[in-house]
Amino acid sequence: MPAVPHGLALASPLEIRGLRKRYGDNEVVAGIDLRLNAGECFTLLGPNGAGKTTTLRCALGLTRPSGGEIFLAGLPVPERAREARMRVGVVPQQDNLDPDFTCAENLLVYGRYFGLDDATITARIPELLAFAGLESKRDARIQSLSGGMKRRLTLARALVNRPDLLILDEPTTGLDPQARHLIWERLKQLIRNGTTVLLTTHFMDEAERLADRLAILDAGRILTEGSPRDVIAAQIEAQVVEVYGDWNGTARNGTSGAQAWAEAHAGAFARRYEVSGETAFCYLDDAAPLMAHLAEQSGLRYLRRPANLEDVFLKLTGRDLRD
Amino acid sequence: MATTPLHSTFRAPRITHRFVPVWRRNFLVWRKLALPSVLGNLADPMIYLFGLGFGIGMLVPEIGGVSYVSFLAAGMVCSSTMNSASFEVLYSSFSRMHVQRTWDAIMNAPVDLDDIVFAELVWAASKALLSGVAILIVIAVFGLVDSRYVLWLLPLIFLVGLSFGALGLVMTALAPSYDFFMYYFTLFITPMTLISGVFFPAEQLPAAVQVAASLLPLSHAVELARPLLLGKVPSDVVLHLAVLAAYGVGGFWVALGLTRRRLLG
Repeated sequence: MPAVPHGLALASPLEIRGLRKRYGDNEVVAGIDLRLNAGECFTLLGPNGAGKTTTLRCALGLTRPSGGEIFLAGLPVPERAREARMRVGVVPQQDNLDPDFTCAENLLVYGRYFGLDDATITARIPELLAFAGLESKRDARIQSLSGGMKRRLTLARALVNRPDLLILDEPTTGLDPQARHLIWERLKQLIRNGTTVLLTTHFMDEAERLADRLAILDAGRILTEGSPRDVIAAQIEAQVVEVYGDWNGTARNGTSGAQAWAEAHAGAFARRYEVSGETAFCYLDDAAPLMAHLAEQSGLRYLRRPANLEDVFLKLTGRDLRD
Repeated sequence: MATTPLHSTFRAPRITHRFVPVWRRNFLVWRKLALPSVLGNLADPMIYLFGLGFGIGMLVPEIGGVSYVSFLAAGMVCSSTMNSASFEVLYSSFSRMHVQRTWDAIMNAPVDLDDIVFAELVWAASKALLSGVAILIVIAVFGLVDSRYVLWLLPLIFLVGLSFGALGLVMTALAPSYDFFMYYFTLFITPMTLISGVFFPAEQLPAAVQVAASLLPLSHAVELARPLLLGKVPSDVVLHLAVLAAYGVGGFWVALGLTRRRLLG
């Protein structure tokens, strides 16, 4: 074994510089830089097809980048990816628990892939099952578990090697609210105990809840990066007023409803506004004058709320469907 | 997806001891279903052996100085070894690779694809050995085995399992779905079984067919297994072993390259 280079303990759990990945003419990742700090939760947020999963596959050494440098657990990837994965746990997007095994057997078999001996793994199984809330399911078959239980077991499986870095690819997609909240609680617990977490999601509330820092990704590029609060403050006005319904005012050029109202008045109150379908979204720093104006209109309905990450996301990635 | 150059995709396999836990995973699954699995693997060759053996045996009293059922026994050991290894790497490995995504899970741990595919190959040969041993025991009980060289059949069965496991893994790497494997059986395995001396001596076939058979692995397995079962020393041992080994190594190399292209692109 080579000696541990000086300062390796301080190395970033994952550092990516200038990452590119092309499939034919299609550049899925088009120059990504990111550096995780030890102990933080970093979230990659982006619509479907933004390049999130490809970035993770490159980071784990499962596919060769077309360009750029990757260091996972301080080791160059893909050259030393296998060694680096010793220190990493992965929760994949698609469930791939072993259907032929019970919960406990899934953990045992997975631990062996890390070179752990059976005694070590067996000693860890009770705490892993407890963490996942599956103590009573120790000998249950995978088919008998609910979607939420499977996700929790996958999370427990990713912890069998006590990783420094936990990578989760859309961990709560398809789960009901109770199951999502339970996963979030467990992730917060891990982060509090010092595990670095890298998460991809397209749920804004998930990113806002968990992330110390986040990056919004689209078309293979990072559009903005920072803490959720900083990103919102930097990218968007503080308040949003959503206006919809009928409007009885005087419309110009044949439009009606919220759109007609917006064309006539929104510009006077909002720094920026946008009409999508039946709704006008007004972005402003002080909503009071607009609210006073709206109170005098008849027919319109409106909702005032603070700006959130979703507003930033939609501003940066647009409202077009991605499927 | 021509992002990875060909010489890199088909670079030499890099096998390490990390294939062992993957082999153990498959063994643990098998152990849970061992009895039905062995009985299932046993039923087909036994039906052929005793159905054909005693049925045709009435018409064909002797082949090369032995009873037809004794002649057929070696063929059944070889073809059922081939079938057992083929089924494992086709249907079961495809399930693990494509349907259950078991390989994806393993690759997230510190195990590389080379070790996973190698584990599948060794596992298929192991399973072929387990069912081969079961068949040997049954035919021994019926007095169809000369015990002098019979233990040499064990490494031979394992090698035959490796050869056909490797060939099957090539198909698995290319398969879009389970349906694909039907072609492999009907266009390759079944015709090969008919021309390789499993059911009748290949010498009575046209010369061109005999040449074709000699280029395929099954005839070489039969040429080794038949004398061993009858208590004789096979001839051209090195040639037969070399052909089986070449199919094993070559098949594995190609299969691994195709699998890398499929999963690591």
